[in-house]
Amino acid sequence: ADGTTRFTTNTNGGPLFVFVKDGRIVRTTPIDLDADDAPSWTLRARGRSFTPRRQATVSAHALSLKSLVYSERRLLYPMKRVDFDVNGERNIANRGISDYVRISWDEALDIVSAEIKRMKRQYGPGAMAIYQSSHHSWGNVGYYLSAMLRFGNLLGFTRVHPNPDSWEGWYWGAMHHFGNSLRVGSPGPYGIAEDCLKHAELLVYWSSDPEKTSGAYAGSEGTERRLWTRDLGIPTVHIDPVFNATAQLLGGKWIAPRPATDPALAQAIMYVWVQEDLYDKEYVRTRTTGFDEWRDYLLGTEDGIAKTPEWQEPETGVPAATVRALARLWGTRKTHLMPGGAGLGGAGRNATGGQWARCMIMMMAMQGWGKPGSNLGGMQIGTPLDFSFYFPGYADGGISGELNWTASALYNYTRMPHVLTANPVKQMIPRQRFPEAIVNGHCEGHLWDGMTLEAQFAPYSYPMAGYSKVHMLYRYGGSSFGTIARSGRFVEAYRHPSLEFVVNQSIWFEGEAKFADVILPACTSLERWDIGEWAGAGGYAHDSQAQLNHRMLVMQHKCIEPLGESKSDYQIFLDILSRMGLGAVFSEGCSDFDWCKRVFDSSDLPKKISWKKFLEKGYYVVPPPESEALHAPTYFRWYAEGRKKDAPEPSPLPSQYAEEFGMGLQTQSGKIEFVPESLKRNCPDSEERPPLNRYIPSWEGLQTKELVARFPLQMVSSHSRYSFHTHHDGKDGFLNAVAEHRVRVNGYPYWVINLNPEDARRRGISQHDLVRIYNDRGAVICVADLLPAVRPGVIKGYESSAEVEFIQTSKGMVDRGGCLNLLTSDRRMMKGTEAMATSCLVEVERWDEAGFAAA
Amino acid sequence: MEKWNLVVDVAQCNNCANCTLASLDEHVGNDFPGYAAAQSKDAKPLIDIRRNVRGTDEHMDISYMPTMCNHCDRPRCAEGADGAVVKRADGIVLIDPYKAKGRRDLVGKCPHGAIQWNEEQQLPQIWIFDAHLLDAGWQEPRCQQACPTGAFRALKVSDEHMQALVREEKLEVSRADLGTAPRVYYKNLQRMNRRFIAGSVVTMNGGTQDCLPGCTVTLLLNGAQVARTLTDWFGDFKIDGLPDQSLSYTLVLEHAEHASVQMTVQTDTGGTSIDIVALIPAAIQAAA
Ligand SMILES: Nc1nc2c(c(=O)[nH]1)N[C@H]1C(S)=C(S)[C@@H](COP(=O)(O)OP(=O)(O)OC[C@H]3O[C@@H](n4cnc5c(=O)[nH]c(N)nc54)[C@H](O)[C@@H]3O)O[C@H]1N2
Ligand SMILES: Nc1nc2c(c(=O)[nH]1)N[C@H]1C(S)=C(S)[C@@H](COP(=O)(O)OP(=O)(O)OC[C@H]3O[C@@H](n4cnc5c(=O)[nH]c(N)nc54)[C@H](O)[C@@H]3O)O[C@H]1N2
Ligand code: SF4
Ligand code: SF4
Ligand SMILES: [Ca+2]
Ligand SMILES: [Ca+2]
Ligand SMILES: [Mo+4]
Repeated sequence: ADGTTRFTTNTNGGPLFVFVKDGRIVRTTPIDLDADDAPSWTLRARGRSFTPRRQATVSAHALSLKSLVYSERRLLYPMKRVDFDVNGERNIANRGISDYVRISWDEALDIVSAEIKRMKRQYGPGAMAIYQSSHHSWGNVGYYLSAMLRFGNLLGFTRVHPNPDSWEGWYWGAMHHFGNSLRVGSPGPYGIAEDCLKHAELLVYWSSDPEKTSGAYAGSEGTERRLWTRDLGIPTVHIDPVFNATAQLLGGKWIAPRPATDPALAQAIMYVWVQEDLYDKEYVRTRTTGFDEWRDYLLGTEDGIAKTPEWQEPETGVPAATVRALARLWGTRKTHLMPGGAGLGGAGRNATGGQWARCMIMMMAMQGWGKPGSNLGGMQIGTPLDFSFYFPGYADGGISGELNWTASALYNYTRMPHVLTANPVKQMIPRQRFPEAIVNGHCEGHLWDGMTLEAQFAPYSYPMAGYSKVHMLYRYGGSSFGTIARSGRFVEAYRHPSLEFVVNQSIWFEGEAKFADVILPACTSLERWDIGEWAGAGGYAHDSQAQLNHRMLVMQHKCIEPLGESKSDYQIFLDILSRMGLGAVFSEGCSDFDWCKRVFDSSDLPKKISWKKFLEKGYYVVPPPESEALHAPTYFRWYAEGRKKDAPEPSPLPSQYAEEFGMGLQTQSGKIEFVPESLKRNCPDSEERPPLNRYIPSWEGLQTKELVARFPLQMVSSHSRYSFHTHHDGKDGFLNAVAEHRVRVNGYPYWVINLNPEDARRRGISQHDLVRIYNDRGAVICVADLLPAVRPGVIKGYESSAEVEFIQTSKGMVDRGGCLNLLTSDRRMMKGTEAMATSCLVEVERWDEAGFAAA
Repeated sequence: MEKWNLVVDVAQCNNCANCTLASLDEHVGNDFPGYAAAQSKDAKPLIDIRRNVRGTDEHMDISYMPTMCNHCDRPRCAEGADGAVVKRADGIVLIDPYKAKGRRDLVGKCPHGAIQWNEEQQLPQIWIFDAHLLDAGWQEPRCQQACPTGAFRALKVSDEHMQALVREEKLEVSRADLGTAPRVYYKNLQRMNRRFIAGSVVTMNGGTQDCLPGCTVTLLLNGAQVARTLTDWFGDFKIDGLPDQSLSYTLVLEHAEHASVQMTVQTDTGGTSIDIVALIPAAIQAAA
């Protein structure tokens, strides 16, 4: 009616309608389902019926998309650092300092392709590293695991190998107790919400804030379901140093342990269960191993210290009486535990993260995990959707042709036959150690490989025998300063003479893009074609759509032409490869639009909707199963009942069952192991990851006395509420207007840090004052939000500022962009792992601009 | 005559900011002639979410109240505006983007603080209820469409119907005392404008303490009972909905097996927590 054309797109925060007029985006809105869309499911519980509203709910970052497309920070043409001469003086030490000049695409592509060739010629395989971040703009074709991986494989590259940052404590810890390596040590989703709604009598959110994180990618889908539990009056507990958004909305009991002390709290609860006979003895006897040893540890028979509620009180700050009350309530009621939803949680990304996640699994084992009402996940996951309908997730490899480093081999490759690709360079650099690899020339890492429980124990080294060291970096995106531990290390790495060439392919001029020699401007997903399923990650998060109320497959229209001279990532890769004679191998003659059609054809969509209709409407809703009998069976029920596994997930592998196929778990005994055999075999004497999960205080907590004397505040750096990590932060986007995200002071939008009013008063800090947060690793200027949502002694900031802006002061460098990861430790959570640990000690003071003025 | 009203449920709001962002998405860079001129990129949002923190400890709560132009029936902004402010027959208030050019004075006229000054356009601006969309057939404003919790309900009903709803659902308006007769109503506003008293009760159990559930908590004001409740599993209680003023109450804690405790509690702030109370078991009391 108003002359706009309605397109559809998909984001990390849900799908959107995009209304365009005269080639300009007018508005973006959530999608309301219409009468033609499939019906919604209904759950019957406690004498009532529950049906979700017919909308695809979205997160704040999704609704800020338009402002990001039109951001002044968009890279609109290729650029070169002014003092970079590919044939002469490169001025490597000026990376991050010097300005840029516009160059033509021809010049940019010539430089990049010539440097790639030179690397091979001069140094041999491995000289070029490709480094991407974890979260791409949505879509199966454009995703880094798709087009970028295909590009990399056709060239050969040193892989910058990520650590399992989302799941650290689960992968390096919890997994050894129960298996599930293909889910990185976290549990599966099936039937959970239904089980919770029908049976749960207590909800324990532990390090869990789904109102903020939406699980991942799931808009606000869980919110309505959580409100059902509030309306039903199911008792609710939140265990978090922060009075988080979920606790604020749902109410209930807030228990606030000091950061990274949770394992002590968990052990005291288990102690009470043992003391008062409040655990499932039959389950423990028949479904677990090693309990006696664990019980003896709890009771103190083993080390002379009983892990009583009184024992944990000075460590966690939680009153013993509260712990006892919680233990009794939990021990007598069917309980859904939500550790970061199920298998995430900032507590798993702290120094004690492995211990904590391990405790979560042991607690479930003591409470009959899998029996009705006893499960992990609450209302966030496990809606009754049809999981038999096939559509590939983003981790299923897209167009990459890569069978080893994606889940392509599972279905995608056979469903959409395409030219296979493989990277002949076996050399890798662990992402968290990239700076050391460049600056020191060597480093060691531990594998993240979901195939087995054991792969993680084999260390790997950089450089790898036979390959060249890295002399060129192909950086895709630019989030490191915001998201990597002690990220200030990257400055030195970028300025190291051995790194002869850095190209950055980014949408925005932010973060690390400013450390490149040549910048290639990519367009946003609204300016190119793609296709994808909402919240369909695939791979390690198999059936993660189970967080949604409706399964939605979305055509991601090219809504507008690319702005300026920006191009799709796909086209940039194609242009480079064309200069190397590899254009046809890469594209198979297809445009990104043609690839979308191939993905469509490979899925179950053509059975339901024509390509033309799909293009026109923009999305398809998969009907839910027609009857309750067809719902996926509740996760772990089979295990509790001693039956063959009936969860529709492709793991464990057939060889990984201890005895009979389908019976039991992936662990050596096939049971939940209180003292895991895999740890006993591989690190029996480890002091940081002992097989017996004893409490080891944080190496940067209140017990590190001399550090505390200088840096008395414990900083929790959790995920950002309104942005998706760095994505959608800063860049003059709409989120700058959200007062809990950034606050303008003298015109500059500062990152927000949450400080208890008492701590603030003692330091003379008032609401929205600028503050300097610092420790030995760095200093960041933020704006203070005085809020008792954190206890005295604790401050909360979010990781993942997209902005980094170092200012030289008389007392060293200060970042005013808000990258709190400049302050976190790069020490591994536990020796023998690659896990990051993000809570740290800091001090805060009012930002004294005059006192710091450059001399 | 059916007119527009907006009902906002404070207890449903999770502070996701979608309403604020939807309003920016709609108006930044978009001109809707006759309705509103484009907002500038760095504009203050026309839907502003107010935060209310009550209490400072584990009993605290934090609530959010989306605020915007109230589309008042006695719009103070229209006084002396020389026709720049239009009150439509359907209840919606618009600031005419043509006639209001340069009228910075209008910003100060709104006692609710709902008018933003657009420096680029030299225009005072309000949230226009998305009248341009409603006129084009939309059934709801964008904030409602984007809200994942159903916190908003835009209703086009007669004033009589609306008043019946106000009584039925105990709706309130923001700052009724200003007398502007808002058409934006709030549900569960007590989380923004009432006070609470909360506490935790424990019992001595040998050498250790235990939370005491089922303890009767009675609150009295000048000798008259104001509220009565029981402590929960954690020995916690919370008495909400108290008037927004500093009053001196008497709090009585009673439990069959314990000696009672009585104390005076002053409500100086939105949320008052008493220190943890340890009730002495009657048996011990008797022995002493
Ligand atoms: N202190 C602390 N640190 C943490 C965590 C924590 O809890 N605390 N959490 C950790 C976790 S779980 C995670 S997942 C990581 C996330 O950390 P990262 O993966 O490093 O962060 P993202 O913001 O997801 O990075 C995405 C990048 O890709 C770019 N990008 C997006 N779409 C496109 C595209 O279409 N084309 C191109 N060329 N580029 C694109 C974005 O601009 C951005 O630079 O952070 C970790 N870091
Ligand atoms: N809006 C938004 N949503 C996201 C993301 C995002 O960046 N933004 N990222 C997505 C990704 S990649 C992931 S991995 C998930 C992450 O999801 P989570 O890991 O669950 O998210 P976090 O915010 O790191 O942690 C959740 C809660 O743990 C608390 N916490 C931190 N340390 C401790 C502790 O020591 N003890 C206890 N008890 N609690 C603690 C934090 O205060 C926070 O409230 O979220 C996903 N969803
Ligand atoms: S959209 Fe709804 S839930 Fe979100 S902030 Fe606005 S009113 Fe609150
Ligand atoms: S809220 Fe203010 S601007 Fe809106 S109608 Fe009332 S007086 Fe006018
Ligand atoms: Ca709607
Ligand atoms: Ca309490
Ligand atoms: Mo993550």
